[in-house]
Formats: sequence, structure tokens, C-alpha cells
Amino acid sequence: MLITCPYCGPRDVSEFAYQGDGNRKRPDPASTDPETWNAYVYDRLNPAGAHNEIWQHAGGCRAHLAVVRDTLTHEVSSVRFAREHGAPTHGRRKSGAKA
Amino acid sequence: MSPRRTPSGGRIDRLRTIRFTFDGTAYAGHQGDTLASALLSNGVSLFGRSFKYHRPRGVLTAGIDEPNALVTVLRGDVREPNIPATMVEIYEGLVAVSQNRFPSLAYDVSAINQLGGKFISAGFYYKTFMGPVIGPLKGTRFWMLCEKIIRRAAGLGRAGNVPDPSRYERMNAFCDVLVVGSGPAGLSAAREAATSGARVILAELDPTFGGSANWSGETIDGEPAIAWASDIVGELRDHDNVRLLKRTTVWGYYDGNTLAAIERVGDHKATPAKGAPRHRHWTIRAKNVVLASGAFERPLVFAGNDRPGVMMASAAMRYANQYGVLPGDKIVVFANNDSAYSAAATLNKAGATIVAIADLRQDVSEDCRTLARECGAELLTGHAVIATEGAKKLAGVKLAAFSIAAGVLPGNARKIEADCLIVSGGWSPTIHLASQAGARPVWDDDLQAFLPPESGNGWYGAGGFNGTFSTADAILEGFAAGRKAAGQPEVEIGTAPDIEPAALDPRPAPVFEIKANGKAFVDYQHDVTADDVRLAHLEGFVSVEHLKRYTTLGMATDQGKGSNVPGLAIMAEAVGKPIPEVGTTRFRPPYAPVSVGSLAAERFGDLKPDRLTPMHDWHLENGATMYSAGLWHRPMIYGEPGETVEQAYVREAQTTRQAAGIVDVSTLGKIAVQGPDAAEFLDRVYTNLFSTLPVGKARYGLMLREDGLVFDDGTTWRLGDNDFLMTTTTANAGKVMQHLEYFLDVVWPELRVHLTSVTDQWAGAAIGGPRAREILAACVTGTKVDNEALPFMGIVHGEIAGAPVLICRLSFSGEMAFEVYSGSGHGTHVWEALIEAGEPFGMVPYGLEALSTMRIEKGHVTGAEIDGRTSARDLHLGWMLSKKKPFIGSAMMDREGLVASGRLELVGLISLDNRPLNGGAHIVAEIDTDNPHGSLGHITAACFSPALGKYIALALVSGGKARHGKRAHVSDPLRNRFGPVEIVSHHFFDPEGKRMHG
Ligand SMILES: [Zn+2]
Repeated sequence: MLITCPYCGPRDVSEFAYQGDGNRKRPDPASTDPETWNAYVYDRLNPAGAHNEIWQHAGGCRAHLAVVRDTLTHEVSSVRFAREHGAPTHGRRKSGAKA
Repeated sequence: MSPRRTPSGGRIDRLRTIRFTFDGTAYAGHQGDTLASALLSNGVSLFGRSFKYHRPRGVLTAGIDEPNALVTVLRGDVREPNIPATMVEIYEGLVAVSQNRFPSLAYDVSAINQLGGKFISAGFYYKTFMGPVIGPLKGTRFWMLCEKIIRRAAGLGRAGNVPDPSRYERMNAFCDVLVVGSGPAGLSAAREAATSGARVILAELDPTFGGSANWSGETIDGEPAIAWASDIVGELRDHDNVRLLKRTTVWGYYDGNTLAAIERVGDHKATPAKGAPRHRHWTIRAKNVVLASGAFERPLVFAGNDRPGVMMASAAMRYANQYGVLPGDKIVVFANNDSAYSAAATLNKAGATIVAIADLRQDVSEDCRTLARECGAELLTGHAVIATEGAKKLAGVKLAAFSIAAGVLPGNARKIEADCLIVSGGWSPTIHLASQAGARPVWDDDLQAFLPPESGNGWYGAGGFNGTFSTADAILEGFAAGRKAAGQPEVEIGTAPDIEPAALDPRPAPVFEIKANGKAFVDYQHDVTADDVRLAHLEGFVSVEHLKRYTTLGMATDQGKGSNVPGLAIMAEAVGKPIPEVGTTRFRPPYAPVSVGSLAAERFGDLKPDRLTPMHDWHLENGATMYSAGLWHRPMIYGEPGETVEQAYVREAQTTRQAAGIVDVSTLGKIAVQGPDAAEFLDRVYTNLFSTLPVGKARYGLMLREDGLVFDDGTTWRLGDNDFLMTTTTANAGKVMQHLEYFLDVVWPELRVHLTSVTDQWAGAAIGGPRAREILAACVTGTKVDNEALPFMGIVHGEIAGAPVLICRLSFSGEMAFEVYSGSGHGTHVWEALIEAGEPFGMVPYGLEALSTMRIEKGHVTGAEIDGRTSARDLHLGWMLSKKKPFIGSAMMDREGLVASGRLELVGLISLDNRPLNGGAHIVAEIDTDNPHGSLGHITAACFSPALGKYIALALVSGGKARHGKRAHVSDPLRNRFGPVEIVSHHFFDPEGKRMHG
């Protein structure tokens, strides 16, 4: 599996560290709503197909990347800087929705 | 006299003789022979004993699909078991031995197994060892009793136990087109792709390129196929953009068109070339792949189909044409399709008598009748072999009338003498790599085979792989696939090359099994019979995957290359469904066995880096006993002669509390947090405030995870308005860095903060004890170090022995203490200056044991207590949770479960029986050695406290503070340690902190 880092180019997956489900949106820090926080901390999507993920180029430039990866084929269809684009863009679930 | 060398013909070099031994007997073969062809040429027909029944077995195939003739190759003391004799190229001095026989191949006592009939039938292991067995010999124990006996009787070759001295290496390669297989289709594809300028890799598992051209005996446009092939190989060699890999098996097809291959560089040589590896692993990233991997001929399933002398028709043809070996003199042919007729013609031309051809079909084409007539064979259409005769080699076959609809017809069987029976049950395309790549094969009724889809994501197929069995069509398909794979526009395909002799019809009759009395093998290597498959069905196994596991069909080292489709067909018949509805199994890597050495290659031994502090050599020179803390090497104690570990750390801790001690703290994680928003960032990641911290001061900080549990702790120093130096625990340095980077990059990209790991840039020495300040004063220049200049948690810049240092007054030991940081290049220089300054004051260096002892006495927490389950309140750090701001973990830290009563809380323990306590021991109210139960918590760290003169420990105990002053017991059945303890506050020593504030 290759991930094309926007800085470093196509690199082997062994250079990257998986940093979790990219669909999560951190609730307002001032919020204390337990449901929202619970969904953020514990709920993870596990789709068979395209999935939004955060990967860090840990063995390279260390940037966090918003990656859309197909969990069935490992095909990576989009890689962008998480810093500039936030969470990846393939769909988005409602907050608190169980998947 | 059965198998023998023909006087002429074949691709072997009769002028070059190679000597080798098999089971201790010396033989000779020729350059170009495999072990199988050389042994056959010497008249050897018995190659091994079978897996379960120890039946005599010969050689069935001529290639990588060989299930029977497995041998062990010895090189000195190194054993390489389970190699098909068909894949071993002989070399001068080769030593090979047969497998699975005792005491010898010819006289095997375990062969009696087969007389016992059903002893090891399908599911034997499951039934015997997993089932409910009544009585004292329950499943597992019964297994242990039988294991030794069965392991000896059943199985494959024995693995060696001496270190493998061979070298292995790994290569990465990139190409536009990888062509797998170099038969006519593959060569044609490679030529077309190479001509277009694409970077091409051509991989061939055999020692010679050409595939079937080496043994088909065909001519292509009037030229012998082998010459046609070598012309193209020569052409490819002249291209700079082509890499030719022979003896290279592509065994794995992974995502992103990444393929794995193994090149057998040295296996065919008596002594490997200097510097050359034995095997080379290739990771090939190909833009496109051409799969031209051919097809395997399938055996028919009939009684006695495993007797030595029974051989695949195409293999017999290959032995004759490629190796100049006749597998027999009097040959019977048994087939359900036309392709065996060309084998018969070849063998006849090479000098064998074709006694008879038994064809399962009533109707046989005129082409075949002509071929049968030409080789003088009696053609018996509508006939089947129902038994074979002979002991260790074939003596004859029994034939009976057969109809496709009704099977074996009643009537007298006829016996025919023969020393070789060649068999063809149709062809199965080698679709393994496509299947690995996710392609779903489709059943083809005409060819009675699973065919790959037309193309896949990143690959194109050609030739036998596609079920295209005529050489002319294979060459055209290769041409087209090569163009497509190289990204060339499609062109009108020219005229087909002229192939002689004309291709025969490859479509077989839909017959896989001839039912008659006797063991009829589906999977030769695992000794799975047709009856085993039916038994599995009777016992309720309907899914193919379950069937495979229950009968072990197709799970041997050949992975069912020949047995897969016949097994499925028999299952389909038992279930009463058509074959495609029963389904096929998905092939997984590796396509063929791969040496573990090639996967490891240069990466063996200790693969972890060693992290050494700048003062490492000083520690070694000064008597430190080192141990590893993660990747770091750290001093445990600086023992004096005759001291035990406990005596050493007690002395070190005691001296530190009485005078002074120094410890290397360079391993602490250090992160420079810089930028206009650095303070705001720290406020968000720490539970307490850092924006209020004045420049020149340090503060102890606590971090939580998002789920509200404690993550890490450490001090952070404000060096400037926008410049902080954060320290983390040694163990969590990497994790904290990643945690901070994630939040900065993904969650708060608007914060103007830059993070730099500076762990390795700073050397750190902590000196503590009542004389510490005097020692500093004696060696620091450029700053005062008195209470006014350097108050508790204060920071100053200065110099020690000319090297700039940063000094912070903070304490882990509980003593008046200072951390002195210098550039790591100055580390030893500064350390030695401190040691020299400390000498008049009686300062000692101390190791991790003393460090840990002093921190236990003070009740400071480390990774043992911050174990991913404890909250800040559990550790009595609730006072650090700011109410003025949100921070990471603040929303989740007050959840019901995290504030419930009865949680494990940090306490201190004192051993009341004056014996040592152990980390991991449980705390209970009452001791019950027979049935330990009722854990109240556990010990996290323990030591002998010189300050208290007692064995003490820190523990996480339910109820915590409420139990202070109460008695409990340690219960440690593993170490048989039980005894009374008193639960006390975790602040054992100087709870008010007078000493460090001093
Ligand atoms: Zn990068």
C-alpha cells in the first residue's frame, strides 16, 4: 500500500502511523454534553468500502494527512493535508450516530 | 526395465555428467536434469511415502505442482525438507533423501496403516481430540499420549535444527509491466511491451525461459518452438528496459499492484558464487501485470491412482521432450480429453510402446483416432481404469467399460500389463495470482474449469491462464496483453502464427472420478480420498471452506494445485449441486512455499536501536550495571565489590539523603514548544494552567487523554514568553510528541505553535541532597544558585567548566535538587565537572533503583501507576485539574465510572513481616492460600526504604485513603508470598516537603 504524501510523494505504508477515524469532529471544548463526547471518543465507523482516515507521515514529514482509503482494496483515492482541509471529505455521519 | 534415458533428444547436455546421491545411493545425471528426471533416467520409480498411509509414491508431475515426490536436500548439517524433486536442479555432490519412511523407503513399517483401513479417515483429528471423550483420557490428554506416535507416523520432512548459514537478500523493483510466466504467451507479451519502450520485468519460475516451448515439440512458423523462444529471449536481453528473472516464482499479489517474488539464486549450485545470496526476495511494484502463468493438468480420481508409475500425461511428454527420459516402456493412456493423445504420440516417437488408450468418452475425434493409430495403440473408447496393480511400481492396469451417464458398466474387467500409466483429467488455469488480487473466477462448462475474468484492476491475462490452450492463440493473446499493459493503443491483430502439429480440442468430458473399490486419491500429498470427501459431506460439512479444513484437502504444501477442482467436483456431486454453486476457494499467498530466510533477509538478530545517553561510557567505566528501559540503556546501580543490588541501591539512596547524589536524566522526553500561541496550547493540553507561569520558572504538569484518564506527567519550563521546554516521562516521549502533533495539526491548526523533539539534543544530570546547592555553587559560574537567584522551580542560565548550562531547581527525590542540562556534546564534560565538585561533599552517582526507591518514599507516580486505567483523582492529583478552562480530557473526566466510589486509589504499604514486597502482588483482606480471591488491588512498585528502615510499596487499592492505618495482606500465589501489610499514605517520607524547599 502506498500513500502519496503531498510533501514527500508516494511512500510505503510502513512510513505512516494510523491516527484513527477521520470522520470524528471534536465537540466544542466548552460543551459538557456526555452523548456528544461519548460519540467522539468511542464511536468509530467501520465501513466496508471508502473510509475517511487520518494518517501521520511519522517516518517522513510528520504531517497529518486526511486519507480516503477503500477498506476492501486498500485503494487510496484522496490524500490531503489534514491541517488545511480538516477531516477527509468522503461523506460525514451525524454526530452521535452509531455505526 | 522401466524409466530410462533415451539415446538422444531432450534439452540436457549428455556430455556433462553430474553425480549426486539419493538415500545414500550414488547416481549420475546430466546438466539440465532435475532430481526427478535424473532419478527416472536411472530407473528409480519410488520417491517417497505418503503422508498418512505411508503408501509408496512416485513422481506425478514435472513441475511446481508435484504432490508426491517431496525430498529433503542436505547441505552439511542444514536440512531443507519438502522440496519437490521436480524443482531440484541437480549439481555435483547433491545429497537428497526421501521423506516419511522408517526405516527405509523400500521397507516401511508404517505402511501397515493402510491395512488398518479407516484408522486415519477424514476428520480423524477433530473426532479423536476435540470430541467428548469419556473417562480419564479426555481430549487434550489423549492427544498428548498419541501425539508422539502420530507425529512420527504422519507428516512431511523433518526440519533441521542447526543455524542456516546462507545469506538472503531483498530487492525492490519498479516497472511498467511485470510479465509472470515466459511461455509463448508471456514471451509474446514481454516482447510487445518492451518494444514500446516500457520498463519490463519477465519472471519465470523455471531455470529456462520458454515454458511449454521447452517441451511441446511444436514448430512455430516452421521453426522449433524452443528456437522461437530463445530468439525472443535474446531480443529481450538486448533491451535496456527489460529485466529477465529466471528461477523466480512470483508468489504474492498484493494491493496497489505490489507483487512478491522469490529468486532461487544459489540452490542449483554446488557452492554459491562469492557474495551471492541463496535466495533473493523481490518486492515488485508494477504499473500493470501480464499473467501468463499457464495451466495445470488435473489428475483423474480412480482406485490406485497413486501407484508409482502413474504420471500426468503432460509431465510424461515433458520428461521425454525436455529431459530425454522415458517414464516407461509399456505405456497405457487414460484420459477424458484430447491432449493426452499428443503425449502418447511424443512418447511413442521417443521409443515407448503405447499399449492402449482408455478414453472415458464414447465419441473421440478423427484427429485422435489418427494419432492413436499412428502410435500403434489399441483405442478403447468408453473405458476407464478401475484399478492399478503392482507393489512399489506399476505392473498393470484393470480396465472396464464406462459410460459418462452411468459410470463403470458391469462386465468383465480387463487386465493390461504396463509399467507406466499416463493420465489426463483436463486442465485448470493457474489463476492463483489473479485470485489473490481479488478476481472472482467463473466456471466454464466447456473447459470444465474456473477461468479468470477478462482482466482485473491492473492486470491482463494471456494463454493457458485464460483457458486458451492453442499456442497460436496464446501468442496473439500475449501480444494484445503486452500492448494493453504497456498502455499502447489497440491495433488490428495480425495473422496467427503457423503451429505444427495442429492444436487438439482441449475440452474434456465432465468426469472427475471413477467409482470403484479401493482408495482413490484426490489430494495425494495429504492422502485425502474421494471417500473422505463424501464422509465429510455425510457428517454435515457443506461449505467448501469447512470441507477443506475438515479433510485437509488442498492444505498441503502444494496447496491443492491439482486437487482443488476434482475435490470440488466430488463435493458438488455429493451435495447434488452444480460445481459453480458449490463455489471455489480463494487462493492466498504464497503461491508456492517461500523460505523464511528470504523474507527476513538482512533483517535478523536484534532489530531495535540502542539509545545511549551522552554519559553512557562514563557509567560503564565507573562500575554501573546497566539495564534497558525501553530502547534506552540506563544505570541500575553503581555497585561496589561484594554488594548485592539491594545493598547498592540502599547505600546510594541513603548517601543522597545524607549528603548528595547525582543521576543521569538525559532519557527524559524533551519537546521544545515555541510560538506566539505556545502558552495557550499548553493550557489546552495540560490539566493545569501554564499561561500564568512566569518566564524563568518551571511547573509540574499533568496530561489526560480524551477519555479523561491520566496520560503523562512532567515539568515544563518557561524559557521565554513564547518559548517552553516540556519534559515527559522517558517511556512516553514518543507518544506525547505524537499526541501534541495530532492536536496541533488536525484539531487546532489555527494555533501558531511549533513543536521540536529535543530529547537527544540535551544531556541532563539531576543532583540532589542536603549538600547539592554547595556542590553547584562550587562549579557553576555566571549565576548565583542561592535561594534568591534559584528558588524552588526557578531556572537559571550559567556555565560549568566553560560549557553553557540550564539549571532548574526541581526535585523527584524529595531532596533539595537541581536538574542541570547541557548540550549533549558537553554532557560528559559537565557530568565529570559535577562529579569532581561533589567529591569533597561525599556525593555518589546513583542508578534507577535508588531513583525509584526515593520516589516510592515520596509517593511520586510513574508509568506503573499511570497505567491507562487511573484517573487524576485516583492518584490524588485532583488538585491539578483546573476549573478555569477546558483541557483535553476535561469533558470526560467526571463521568460516572471515573468518580465512582470503590475505585483503586494510590496508597502506601508497609510490610509487617519485614520481608520484601513484589510489584504485581494482590492486596486482600484475608489470606486464603488454597483459593486466592477477593483482590482489593495490587502493588505497583516496591523497595526497601532506607529512610524508614522497612520494606515498603506503592499500591492501587480500592477505597484508598479510607483504609489508611488498616491492616491487609499481600496475596501472591505465583511467588508464594503471603503476609500482613499496613495501608498508609503514599507520602512515606517528609510529607511536608521541607527538605526540597529547604
Ligand atoms: Zn510526508
